[in-house]
Amino acid sequence: MSKKPTIELRTSPHAHAGGDVVKIMRNVVYALIPISLFTVWQFGLSALALLIVVTLTCLLSERLFNRLSDEPNSLGDWSATITGLLLALTLPPGFPLWMGAVAGFIAIALGKALFGGLGMNAMNPALIGRAFVQAAFPVAITTWTPAFFEGRFSQFVPTTLTPPFLQPPALNDWVETVKVDAFSGATPLALQKFEGIQTELLDMLLGTTAGSAGETSALLILICGFYLAARKMLDWRIPLMVMLGAAATAGVFFLIDPTRYPDPLFVLCSGGLMLGAWFMASDMVGSPVTPLGVIIYGLMIGVITVIIRLFGGLTEGVMYAILLGNAATPLIDQITQPRVFGEQRTGK
Amino acid sequence: MGLLNLMFGLKSFTHGIHPPYHKDTADKPIRRLAFPSQLVLPLDQHIGKAAIPLVKKGQEVVRGEPIAKADGNFSVPLHAPATGRIRDLELMPTPKGPKSASIVLDVYEGSTQEVLWSQPREMSELSREEILQAIQDSGMVGLGGAAFPSHMKLTIPKEKQVDTLIVNGCECEPYLTCDHRMMLEYPKALLRGIRYAMQASATTQAIIGIEDNKMDAVEVLRNNLSRGSAIRVEAVETKYPQGSEKMLIKSLLNREVPTGGLPADVGVVVNNVGTLAFLGQLLPKGQGLIERVITVAGPGIVKPGNYLVPLGTPVRHILEQAGYEGSRTEFILGGPMMGPAVSAMDTPITKGTSGLLVLNEPSIEDESQRIWPCIRCARCVKACPMHLNPSMLGLLAAKRKYEEMAQDYHLNDCFECGCCSYVCPSNIPLVQYFRISKAINREQAA
Repeated sequence: MSKKPTIELRTSPHAHAGGDVVKIMRNVVYALIPISLFTVWQFGLSALALLIVVTLTCLLSERLFNRLSDEPNSLGDWSATITGLLLALTLPPGFPLWMGAVAGFIAIALGKALFGGLGMNAMNPALIGRAFVQAAFPVAITTWTPAFFEGRFSQFVPTTLTPPFLQPPALNDWVETVKVDAFSGATPLALQKFEGIQTELLDMLLGTTAGSAGETSALLILICGFYLAARKMLDWRIPLMVMLGAAATAGVFFLIDPTRYPDPLFVLCSGGLMLGAWFMASDMVGSPVTPLGVIIYGLMIGVITVIIRLFGGLTEGVMYAILLGNAATPLIDQITQPRVFGEQRTGK
Repeated sequence: MGLLNLMFGLKSFTHGIHPPYHKDTADKPIRRLAFPSQLVLPLDQHIGKAAIPLVKKGQEVVRGEPIAKADGNFSVPLHAPATGRIRDLELMPTPKGPKSASIVLDVYEGSTQEVLWSQPREMSELSREEILQAIQDSGMVGLGGAAFPSHMKLTIPKEKQVDTLIVNGCECEPYLTCDHRMMLEYPKALLRGIRYAMQASATTQAIIGIEDNKMDAVEVLRNNLSRGSAIRVEAVETKYPQGSEKMLIKSLLNREVPTGGLPADVGVVVNNVGTLAFLGQLLPKGQGLIERVITVAGPGIVKPGNYLVPLGTPVRHILEQAGYEGSRTEFILGGPMMGPAVSAMDTPITKGTSGLLVLNEPSIEDESQRIWPCIRCARCVKACPMHLNPSMLGLLAAKRKYEEMAQDYHLNDCFECGCCSYVCPSNIPLVQYFRISKAINREQAA
């Protein structure tokens, strides 16, 4: 004993797996990067501007609320970045930037800071922001842009640069000028629901359809989701159960009347189901912790999504289904407490 | 995991963790360390009532002689681990934390240190009660760490039916290899000890459960058993905390010890391999427990190994003998998952100490140790071998709802294995919270 040692005291365990929250969050960001890049390639400058504006707003809002509540800077935990990216990916690519900023602020303010920050939020912050603008700007949130339109890297979609507090212009005339074949201004979901037109499955897998910025390529979302699941940073049971619940519900109706109702594969690959299942329903904070609870929660989201899609006034139901799932989580957790080792259940 | 186990036919329990095992000392034969000049022998090395000293200041004692007697049935005596002179009875630091009354023994330098006190007996002539008495007289306690008096453990309450003795050779804590070495080096003594324990507990079969990272020990023991023996050896999955009584019973017999119950409630009594190996050696000679094998290991140790040390050897002496380097360090008695940290270098090795580890964890002030909010990732829920909900318990502890934790979330079923804290990505000290919560509940109840 040459040097005099300093004894450090702490209670057991003296070993730790070493995975930390920041690492998980950072990996979610990694998984979202390919999806974000794809949407920029698909929709051009407008999508890029939307991603940047929404994410920056989220980061700035997070910092603002850190200041207001005298908490340390929490930008380093990446959670606000995730909220920003996810939120931007659920918006139409030509969504007015000022409305995107409103959505970002609401997401952090009402969805997260109000509850006490990371880990405390009852519902997915990005979806809170999305739900707010859905209610506030019903026209803008359903104004779609064709994918891969000509000149997307040199010009914005006209709606993108709508001045603050003004409504965006109609896109019909502009769509004519960018020469996209047979673009009807509707998403595959709307086409199917209101006009009975079936979009090709391949188009939905690859993302050559209209839709929210990050929701069009089901295949890409699956790959990115697998990455997180393989790194054990996402509970694969949740997206699996959401997809299962949705496919099963859709399957029942499809069997009853195949001409009126969409087939299960269409249901899985259209709209925000993939993004919602893999990146929002699976958000750890808002989902149950018990093994059985996770299954109930996932199935519930899948079933509700399809019910809303088929019978609701809206074309898409993923957002509300996940928010409902989040709301039910404490209850689900409570009623699905696992049987403790050695516990004798007596008619409880 | 369940599927994997089915495929490979390996027995196990559900949940648990796979920490890095660091069993680097598994090939280091048991060696004796030089005797220290002074031994510190706490009177309460075991669970139960402290022993009553039989010696006075300045008295000479020989190695092996009883120096304290059991205080009633739930207590064990203490024997002199070396020939020397009693310096005094004083309050000394112990691995348990608070200082406690200890006999301090100055060891005679140059003494041969042979065991000079024994009362050989013919084991085959003893009745069940006499064996239990002999076990108590040997001062034997569970050497796996609990230090529960062995004769108490082997005394089966009249209203309970016990058929199986489980011999715990899991050694699931990282780093520790002392049980592993004992199985390899003293298989005959271990099997003898198992037979004594079966006699004492009137059990008809014994199963030695060994984690499958010690297949050499499985083989050695199997080679020492005859066909049709009432003792059999079974490999179980290497997984922490396989060595916990309840988990091992589940793995080997698929029996679940009921909440708040004891192994005897499902017809089982569990003993550690080290305990029985020493019993096998000591009982026929009529000697007491005066030394034990400990694993000295960890990144800070120069000569890691498995060492036979007299009880009462201070940590400082072992570190000097095994050599250690490092400036900012943690000293752990036992394994890293459940062992206490040493606060004073005079702390002695006691009957329940299975190892001395020198770890070099990141400092508490390090950014990597920062505690983040719970993000409900459920890793703790998937790790808890008792199937508790540590995430919920942690939130309740932070709100100081200790009674709710016990009533609605089974706090008292937690045996503090530390899996939850180990896996928590937010570094939340979950098991540490639970320890405090339990203590507060105990205080409230008192």
